[in-house]
Amino acid sequence: MPNKSPISQEHLAYLRSKKVYKKRVIAAQILLLVGFIAFWELAAVLRWIDPFITSQPTGIVRTLIALHREGSLYRHIGVTVLETVAGFTLGTLMGTVIAIVLWWSDFLAEVLDPYLVVLNSLPKVALGPILIVWLGQGMRAIVAMALFVSLIVTILSVYTGFAQVDENKIKLLKSFGATKWQILQKVILPASVPTIIAALKINVGLSWVGAIVGEFLVSRAGLGYLIVYGGQVFRLDLVMTSVIILCIAAALMYQLVVIFEKKVLKWQ
Amino acid sequence: MRAGPLVRIENVSKTYHSPEGEISALQDISLNIAEGEFVSIVGPSGCGKSTLLNIIAGLTEPSAGAVYIKGQKVTGPTSLVGYMPQSDQLFEWRTIWRNVLLGLEVLNKVNSETKMQAEKMLRTYGLYEFRKAYPSQLSGGMRQRAALIRTLAINPEILLLDEAFSALDYQTRLVVADEVKQIITRENKTAILVTHDISEAISMADRVVVLTKRPGKIKNIHKIILTCESHTPIGCREAVEFRDYFNRIWKELDVHAE
Ligand SMILES: Nc1ncnc2c1ncn2[C@@H]1O[C@H](COP(=O)(O)OP(=O)(O)OP(=O)(O)O)[C@@H](O)[C@H]1O
Ligand SMILES: [Mg+2]
Repeated sequence: MPNKSPISQEHLAYLRSKKVYKKRVIAAQILLLVGFIAFWELAAVLRWIDPFITSQPTGIVRTLIALHREGSLYRHIGVTVLETVAGFTLGTLMGTVIAIVLWWSDFLAEVLDPYLVVLNSLPKVALGPILIVWLGQGMRAIVAMALFVSLIVTILSVYTGFAQVDENKIKLLKSFGATKWQILQKVILPASVPTIIAALKINVGLSWVGAIVGEFLVSRAGLGYLIVYGGQVFRLDLVMTSVIILCIAAALMYQLVVIFEKKVLKWQ
Repeated sequence: MRAGPLVRIENVSKTYHSPEGEISALQDISLNIAEGEFVSIVGPSGCGKSTLLNIIAGLTEPSAGAVYIKGQKVTGPTSLVGYMPQSDQLFEWRTIWRNVLLGLEVLNKVNSETKMQAEKMLRTYGLYEFRKAYPSQLSGGMRQRAALIRTLAINPEILLLDEAFSALDYQTRLVVADEVKQIITRENKTAILVTHDISEAISMADRVVVLTKRPGKIKNIHKIILTCESHTPIGCREAVEFRDYFNRIWKELDVHAE
């Protein structure tokens, strides 16, 4: 713990300069965003670029309001968010469960190792058409897509995390006569919580990819659907609006995971 | 009174097999340890000290021979034996209190009586105020004490310490060794300590067992009798006999600077 002696002038100055620097960074970030939007609008108004193919900020705002009035905006967001959340939750859960099975049986882990390596290098979106044939033209195929994108990498990273748990901790438990199940429960899983959360953070991003690609292939709703539809009918305002909403939704979801992480790992 | 030693090690040998070949780690070790005794084991690196402790703890099976505790052959871990691994191995995600209860949880022995016992030990050894803290908030010495209480909570008769202090810096190490020795004496436990530190071995033990290079055999056993007023490990280092023991063991270890 830092000592509680009165803070020196020098230290105060140091803290102040830190704060000023931080403020400058934030100011520059805001400026960059505002500048970009202003320049985009200006360029479109002055016809340096063609707003028909590049869209423009005022057009995006107009689209947003229109979608909001129709009420369809929230349905599209809801559908994609649902698919993504289902995808990364299932992906993380199933990946962790399969990693536990591999940890339980060294034999199985060794047998499956080459297959996992091959599956890991396969671009998962290539499975899209197969999933559609198997699961039908709907949400199930899209969720499966979002799941598959993150599944293999979860298995591999969580299994590696399990293998890296300190041997001495396991030995300590064994010295108490712990069963394999107790070792899993008392040390392997809790020690791997940081690894699992790291996987979760990656999976959030990957599942967005899976859900959007899935919607590109089959769907009648969702942000991916809006993007494809907007592209086909040359309504770039709609495409850009969807992309921006996607950005915000993905960032929010990531922040939720970060908050969850802070809650769970309060001992760190 | 029970006749016979508490721990009887009989002609124990251990050979490890690996794809690279086989390693004979221990050869024909026989040793008796009486109740309440403190035995240190020293030996060159890789001579099989940890292997011997693991065999006593029931974590490793000997290739030949056997270990008997209270006349019972060791076939697996029992709560008669408390094992202290290298460095404290407290679980960072558990509070001190829940760390202390770990062994009891595994043995399904968490009840009001054992909890009271554990709480009493926390109080006696000055950790009660820290029971809700996480290990990362404690000093090295305090962590070591918490680890010892965790081991004592299952009420073992024999404590096995495998270089238990080696992760601590020198100053802390002296103090912690002192504390641990006092606690072990006070709780009336039998202890076997493996260490690289000859001074630590002499200052804490009633007997020091010196092992040869791999495969480990017993080279010599020194009965330690020190004339010192305060019978703490630090005090014992002042004894006139200390140097003599040190030199003899040092020579037996046959350490050559290469
Ligand atoms: N599980 C194992 N498989 C194969 N060989 C092993 C295994 N455990 C230990 N050994 C080998 O057996 C020998 C004795 O090991 P051990 O750990 O008991 O020695 P040690 O005296 O405790 O060494 P140190 O002083 O380095 O702690 C070493 O050569 C080691 O490489
Ligand atoms: Mg060792």
